[in-house]
Amino acid sequence: MVKKFGDFTAVKELDLTIHDGEFLVLLGPSGCGKTTTLRCISGLEIPTSGSIILDGVDVTDRRASQRDIAFVFQLYALYPHLTAYKNIAFPLKAQHVPKEEMDKEVDRVVKMLRIEHILDRKPKHLSGGDMQRVALGRALVRHPKVFLLDEPIGTLDAAFREEMRTELKALHVDINATSVYVTHDQEEAMSMGDRIAVMNAGVLQQIGEPHEVYANPVNLFVARFIGSPGMNLLACKPETGENGQLGLRMRGNNELLELPGTLQQLLKEKVERDHSLVLGVRPEDTTVHTAEQEHSLAAEVYVTEKMGSYHIVDLSYGEEIVRARTSAYVDMEIGQNVRMSFDMGRVRFFDSESGQSIMN
Amino acid sequence: MAQVRENKGARKAIVAVVLIIFTIIYMIPLFYIVNTSFRPWADIREYPPKLIYQPSVAAFIRIFTARAVYPPGQAPTEQELKDMSTIERIVYKETNERIVRTGDLPRRYLNSLIICVLSTMITILLGTTAAYGFSRFPVKGKDDWMFFILSTRMLPPVIVGIPVFLMFRNVGLNDSHLGLILLYVAFNVSFAVWVLKGFIDEIPREYEDAALVDGYSRFQAFRKIVLPQSVTGIAATAVFVFIFAWNEYAFAFMLTRNTAQTVPAWLPYQMGVLGFDWGAAAAGTTLFLIPPMVLTILLRNHLVRGISFGAVRK
Ligand SMILES: Nc1ncnc2c1ncn2[C@@H]1O[C@H](COP(=O)(O)OP(=O)(O)O)[C@@H](O)[C@H]1O
Ligand SMILES: [Mg+2]
Repeated sequence: MVKKFGDFTAVKELDLTIHDGEFLVLLGPSGCGKTTTLRCISGLEIPTSGSIILDGVDVTDRRASQRDIAFVFQLYALYPHLTAYKNIAFPLKAQHVPKEEMDKEVDRVVKMLRIEHILDRKPKHLSGGDMQRVALGRALVRHPKVFLLDEPIGTLDAAFREEMRTELKALHVDINATSVYVTHDQEEAMSMGDRIAVMNAGVLQQIGEPHEVYANPVNLFVARFIGSPGMNLLACKPETGENGQLGLRMRGNNELLELPGTLQQLLKEKVERDHSLVLGVRPEDTTVHTAEQEHSLAAEVYVTEKMGSYHIVDLSYGEEIVRARTSAYVDMEIGQNVRMSFDMGRVRFFDSESGQSIMN
Repeated sequence: MAQVRENKGARKAIVAVVLIIFTIIYMIPLFYIVNTSFRPWADIREYPPKLIYQPSVAAFIRIFTARAVYPPGQAPTEQELKDMSTIERIVYKETNERIVRTGDLPRRYLNSLIICVLSTMITILLGTTAAYGFSRFPVKGKDDWMFFILSTRMLPPVIVGIPVFLMFRNVGLNDSHLGLILLYVAFNVSFAVWVLKGFIDEIPREYEDAALVDGYSRFQAFRKIVLPQSVTGIAATAVFVFIFAWNEYAFAFMLTRNTAQTVPAWLPYQMGVLGFDWGAAAAGTTLFLIPPMVLTILLRNHLVRGISFGAVRK
């Protein structure tokens, strides 16, 4: 589907299949069209072109109220004039469910979410977490075909977010409903998603299981966006060394990095000679050495960020910065000259012009 | 620090004093009218006015009735006096009159109530739905429409009065309830749309979106979500619209004579007709004050919130 607002295309040719019972996370920076996508799925927006198929039925022309989809909004959108109980029961009222059955259903989700004690309160007397639970309750109460969650825990404070994350995931495991979960927080996406769909500027970049997206990003955007910190990206060019082996001329310090045979083979097959590349390597696959080391590059310690259980060492490499994750017991001084090496089994190459991965 | 606090306290005191003075100034005519309506006939034209007097409801009875003076020598007998109702006795004692029939006021009062209540209800109904439409849907030429709607308010009633009179005569709406109701609705809807649109704009759309995905139609979402949340705005608007219609003089004067005449159009006549019965005129005015006052008091919580809300918005 495509969604335009006037001349502005918010979602470009999105082709997405969501499996039954799956927890799909839609991940991307703010303004990339995540909410718009959810609104199209729910029927609150009509796609400019394309269609939306739910359980094999084309629902593109159906109104939101006829799609049987639940939506948890970014700011919860709890009805301010209704109590928590009435908020949760509101969707059932639309279906004219008899009173006893309604009480039973509400009771079921209230137990599940452990919010028995706040049912008489109006939203303005609820804490963020409780509002969140009531909003979830309103979605859960009617067994919808799909759950759409738009950054549901984005406004909670950090500690609580972690807790809710676990709770939400557990809830999904319990009820096993098809869910689309929107977030701009890649960590949240990694920890929750069965699959992650990464979007940028209205375009779907990559869809796959978290480890797949993490280990093998299809382009530079995904490589930078996923991971904290993101992938190190170093400009380089393949070059045949004096020993006749194919290596990489690194732009940073203009050294030649030797390559294992498999990578030499790959580059020979996929890359024209003299074509600029970007080497991507995760911080945890980057090792810092204080002594001389084979297949390593010279770098200088720039800053060390102490994260508690590990350190992130920022190394300056020419104009570029390379981040390495080291153990918390390694101490390095600013300005210290070191060597860095990469786990060559895990490095990725991208075309520097198109930004696309050349690994697939 | 102390200096600043002292200044603040002083400023507050000054503001309070100024407000009290203004309130008193504003209340003087009101007090004067209410006071006059309770004065006995003989006291009213006395100068300087007596400060202390025996309050009397005779003026209220007079404004409700038509009476005839007992001709000289035909005073009621002792027995007749005994048989009189309290009301009749009060009138006789004060002005030597006999009640002939119910007066014109009840009819006028009822006219005012019917016309104002109905026109306010219709105005609010149309205003709320129109404001909702303008607030939520991409109406073509929205700003032009909004300006056009407002522009209907820019002509003073006196100027449109004559054309409206001619039109009403052609379609037989002169001196009819329906005519004035239509006119007041037409005149007030613009105001209502503008004010209510402001209120509805403030209600986040997500509430309705939530209701839509929860299985409600657009109209149900409007009724169950938007309406309850705009009661404040609706109440405030209703008070203003009602008071405008209740006070409206120019149209009522030009377009009604009898059947549909409202209190403001009728009351001024009475001063002459009653032989400068200031007491009766004051009593009529006092009664005339009651409905807007009751309405305002009933809705005061909404009103204060509604007005200050309007002020906070640009
Ligand atoms: N109703 C609308 N009219 C015009 N532009 C819109 C509308 N809704 C969203 N947009 C634009 O579409 C883009 C995507 O918005 P959105 O889907 O809300 O992003 P996200 O949820 O990923 O932050 C934004 O640039 C936003 O300004
Ligand atoms: Mg969003």
